Amino acid sequence: MISQNFINFIYLISAILFMMGLKKLSSPATARLGNKLSMAGMALAILATLMAPGLSFKLIALGIIIGTIIGGWAAIKVEMTSMPEMVALFNGCGGAASALVALSELQLRGNEFGPAMVEHIGTFAMITLLLSVIIGGLTFTGSVIAYAKLQGIVSGQPITYPGQQVVNGLILIGTAVLSYMVFNDPTSHLLFYGICLLSLILGVLSVIPIGGADMPVVISLLNSYSGLAVSMTGFALGNNALIIVGSLVGASGLFLTKIMCDAMNRSLSNVLFGAFGTGGGSDDGGVVAEGGGAEGSVKGYEVEDVVMVLENASSLIIVPGYGMAAAQAQHAVRELGDYLDEEGVEVRYAIHPVAGRMPGHMNVLLAEADVSYDQLFSMEDINDDFSGTDVVLVIGANDVVNPAAKTNPGSPIYGMPVLNVEEAQTVVVLKRSMKPGFAGIENELFLKDNTMMLFGDAKSSVQALVAHLKG
Amino acid sequence: MADTILVGLYIFVLALFAGAELIARVPQTLHTPLMSASNAISGIAILGALVVAGHSATINHTSIIGLLAVIFATINVVGGYMVTQRMLDMFKKKAPRAKKQGPVL
Repeated sequence: MISQNFINFIYLISAILFMMGLKKLSSPATARLGNKLSMAGMALAILATLMAPGLSFKLIALGIIIGTIIGGWAAIKVEMTSMPEMVALFNGCGGAASALVALSELQLRGNEFGPAMVEHIGTFAMITLLLSVIIGGLTFTGSVIAYAKLQGIVSGQPITYPGQQVVNGLILIGTAVLSYMVFNDPTSHLLFYGICLLSLILGVLSVIPIGGADMPVVISLLNSYSGLAVSMTGFALGNNALIIVGSLVGASGLFLTKIMCDAMNRSLSNVLFGAFGTGGGSDDGGVVAEGGGAEGSVKGYEVEDVVMVLENASSLIIVPGYGMAAAQAQHAVRELGDYLDEEGVEVRYAIHPVAGRMPGHMNVLLAEADVSYDQLFSMEDINDDFSGTDVVLVIGANDVVNPAAKTNPGSPIYGMPVLNVEEAQTVVVLKRSMKPGFAGIENELFLKDNTMMLFGDAKSSVQALVAHLKG
Repeated sequence: MADTILVGLYIFVLALFAGAELIARVPQTLHTPLMSASNAISGIAILGALVVAGHSATINHTSIIGLLAVIFATINVVGGYMVTQRMLDMFKKKAPRAKKQGPVL
């Protein structure tokens, strides 16, 4: 029979493959290979686990078949624009899996040792198992709510009520109390399920007060939670593969969370508890957004006017936002970019770190539309170039190009790094209507003298531009 | 037992640092695939799930929980890797085009 040492050795190889997979993600050219290495690592680890003696394969096979069908189907069907929702759901599944593993481990050990369970497996293992149930559970429901908010099933507005923090605090305390009671009565399935239930409720309640625009941060954070839950399970099972992977995932989730928070100039606690986007006071930086002394009037233009500007341009920067995704305009945008590129215009894309609904969302959409990745620039790489650029085309972006973030201390987004689009000679803004963006904040860019507004659906507007340019 | 915990903590902390180093090098353009890739590997909880689902030849309460865990973890792993691959397959670098020349698709 296969020894545990051998299995652990295979886990080590898997861990190395996961690390190499992440390393190869440092460039789009090697990333595909990286993902394959990571897959190989996972396959190896699963095979090694299945070699352990005494396993019954009935339920294992059933579970793998069902999971593969659901996961595979979802992965093939999902639209690139819905990727944030998909990632949230998959992440929720990971959290649920960790919680269930920890739960069943608690039950198995309870059956095995009875009331003496804590002495046998140790306090530390008990704590990590309970934490895994709690973190995994709240990751599951939290991710489902994030999914529902992004899909519009649940309102994207923050849902708040008086005493919300108190209620959440009480539930947290309740969870702690039940967990403590487990130590005295480790065989009670009722207590386990009580803890599960409370952590599921906690996941729902802690995500509903967060606005839809902040979901990217929430998804990143929940991603790191699911990693943490995996590590906790790994500690309890003495499984190093789980510890390592959980740690990697935790690091990646925290890293992305930090990037997103920095890009919005907000603290994590402000994102989680600030109920941002209600239009009125968030609790730190809580100034009501009003006008900020914006002057001038909105000037609506026709397609022909914009075409004329584009024909005379020698450099163009395209700034995409969630509006491009919502209108599925990425292919039309690429067509426009390619046409102008062939005409000799220097075409680049400027991507704000929080454009879209998850980190890197715009890059994926433009990649889907076949835009070469060396045309995509991050904010810090391109922000100084706007002043020397003839035309900037803002497509469905709003808050990330709002100059109030630099000039108006009264604005809720004051201090957030934004793209300096207004420094270009002409700014063309494609927008559905004058409605404020997802964060509900006015944008004085639209009132500036060098700004041309082109109202309408992003996709039809861009298609009209292309047709006129070619025609 | 205490030794195992300590070794586990060593591994956890070292992996955290290694992970942070690796991830900081991922360019912004790949942040979505990074998220879905790290999400896919967090399905590694499947290792624990397999053991629970297969722990007894007769089906009982706990093995059903194990079955659910296997289903969730498999969705996470299979779905996560497949969407990551789908996304990465789209990232292409086009050959520099000759300007103003012939019809390019």
